[in-house]
Amino acid sequence: MAEPTTVHPAGMDYVPHAAGFVANEGPKLLTSRFPYEDSYTLGRALATGAYAGLRAALGRAPDDVHAEVREATLLGRGGAGFPAGVKWGFCPEGVWPRYLVVNGDESEPGTYKDRLLMERDPHQLIEGCLIACYALGLSQCFLYVRGEMALAQERLATALNDAYAAGYVGRNICDTDFSVDIILHWGAGAYIVGEETALIESLEGNRGMPRLKPPYFPAAIGLYGKPTIVNNVETLANLPWILEHGAAAYRGYGSETSPGTRLFAVSGHVVRPGVYEVEQGVTTFRDLFYGDNFCRGIRDGNDLKAFIPGGASAPWFFEEQLGLPLEARDVGAAGSMLGSGAMVVMDHTTDVVKACLRVVRFFARESCGKCTPCREGISWEEKILERILDGHGRPADLDLLLDIGDNISPGPYPVAAHGAEGFDAVPFPPQQTTICPLGPSAIAPITSALRRFRSEFEARITCRDSLPVQAAPVVEGAPA
Amino acid sequence: MAYFTEANARTATEIIANYPRPKSAVIPLLHLAQEQEGWVTRDAMVEIADLTGATPAEILGTGSFYEMFKFHPVGRYVVNVCTNISCQLLGGEELLHHVEESLGVHAGGTTDDGMFTVEDVECVAACTEAPCFTVNYRYFHRADADTFDAVVDDLRAGRSPLARGAQGDDGHVPAHGTLGRLRQHVPDDRRAGVVPPEEAGEAPVWLRPSPATAGGSDG
Repeated sequence: MAEPTTVHPAGMDYVPHAAGFVANEGPKLLTSRFPYEDSYTLGRALATGAYAGLRAALGRAPDDVHAEVREATLLGRGGAGFPAGVKWGFCPEGVWPRYLVVNGDESEPGTYKDRLLMERDPHQLIEGCLIACYALGLSQCFLYVRGEMALAQERLATALNDAYAAGYVGRNICDTDFSVDIILHWGAGAYIVGEETALIESLEGNRGMPRLKPPYFPAAIGLYGKPTIVNNVETLANLPWILEHGAAAYRGYGSETSPGTRLFAVSGHVVRPGVYEVEQGVTTFRDLFYGDNFCRGIRDGNDLKAFIPGGASAPWFFEEQLGLPLEARDVGAAGSMLGSGAMVVMDHTTDVVKACLRVVRFFARESCGKCTPCREGISWEEKILERILDGHGRPADLDLLLDIGDNISPGPYPVAAHGAEGFDAVPFPPQQTTICPLGPSAIAPITSALRRFRSEFEARITCRDSLPVQAAPVVEGAPA
Repeated sequence: MAYFTEANARTATEIIANYPRPKSAVIPLLHLAQEQEGWVTRDAMVEIADLTGATPAEILGTGSFYEMFKFHPVGRYVVNVCTNISCQLLGGEELLHHVEESLGVHAGGTTDDGMFTVEDVECVAACTEAPCFTVNYRYFHRADADTFDAVVDDLRAGRSPLARGAQGDDGHVPAHGTLGRLRQHVPDDRRAGVVPPEEAGEAPVWLRPSPATAGGSDG
């Protein structure tokens, strides 16, 4: 077998032309081209083995390619972590055409990986799209890129133009009877469009509101009512490597249930924030935050207060969870999720009420308005948190916050275990009274912060009573 | 009278040809209109409705859902300051405060000279490089008040600030409305062709049994 990975040369850790990416030591399945300044060009891509995975796929039957991906247990990287090979199998037999929609609408707060993959290695993504289209007989691919990402759009447009000219995309790809167009589509600023049925609505030219379920997967009924595969950018970017080196080699990295590597963006109060390609399962949160090869500890030697393990939608974790491996199943059982691979680290100087309000405000602003509990509930939560922060909170507000949350996500909400308070972890995911998970996501910061740091919320509320109160001056002759 | 310029009308036709149904082109066409005039006018919506077989109300209905579309004039440069969690932790709100103070407008407002519009925005996917702001969607990472002031000086003096940004780019910042400075063009002789949902009744050609693939499939 050929040398499967590229280990970045030591000393090349912060790559100036790929701001945010840190070339730590370790297997590089997704970011091997990033250290090259011209990594986004067709010339560099071809010189470093691009489209070899596509050629390998084209030499096999489409069903075989699908079987290889299923065998690799490639988990979706968009947030839900559903195995891509299984999702692909949900297309109903005999219904044509089928479409591919690429979810490049990365907007989850804390998440910064798809933008890098699109800006730094567009050909890897294009190759992944082609492999998926070949395996499943998808007739057309729409690459939905977040509107705000102007550079990613430019890089992908250039890459597609070059790939068309070189015969890798379009009619009779690599001189076979495989033909597919990849169309670059720009979004226009809406977080909810990252939900796959909302993405399809948006692509049909409508307001980006999620569709009623069932069907749970657009593979059954999707774009224009036809079977549609919606995959995240990072998920598809894994395909060229898997097809070139095989599922067995892929499973040689990571753990049994979460094979391969993942891009994790660690932001907030760490010494060396960045996007790291990390082997799943074998690395722990502690390794990632404190390891010399990764983030190198909390800034100024401060203490860790809390961290978000998988994007703003994920319930928060604390010191006790640092030993958990970066493994979807373990993190889920512990009461949160790895989600979109976004970690936000907060040190002990953080004002949790303020941080909690900021995350809730995000969901209040981004609620599409289709479901009442989410539309009305989250903005109500935002107002309550605002008045607590401003010193106008009422003693009943804390229970009110939880009660409103219970109307959006009924039952015990996922939470990390807390020995001191004497409660166990409630595993992910939460229940919901809404069509999509945006509503329940807004409850994550409230439940997490309030159950752990209730005294800080209470201090904001009671501080009002401790303000000096003076009696109004008595004015002579004024009516009593 | 037609709204789009001759060149943009050609681009519009090209965009619509990429989709099985013309209404899918609504968002790209709204971007094109915004590129032409900096914001989306009523005339633009009427024309896009014509081109996509929708009504002007439907175009406004779709467009108003998305925060990048402006239905009133905005500044030549739209400054988006991220205040979401990662940026907040490292001074995003203080940066926004400085931007508002130095330009003399609140978030949502436009300076009197029509140069700058300030917005307080949600996460722009540069979290490890917080705090950050964008100017017409060009990124400036790990920014502080000095970075912002230097960018404003550059823009007022007609220089490109991009070299200060994350892109390492010596190009220019286009006026608000232009996103990608270049577009995808599908050459006619390479086009696989759109597949309308109502037309294809059978599997695409590479899935059908043939001497080349029959051996491996269903095996």
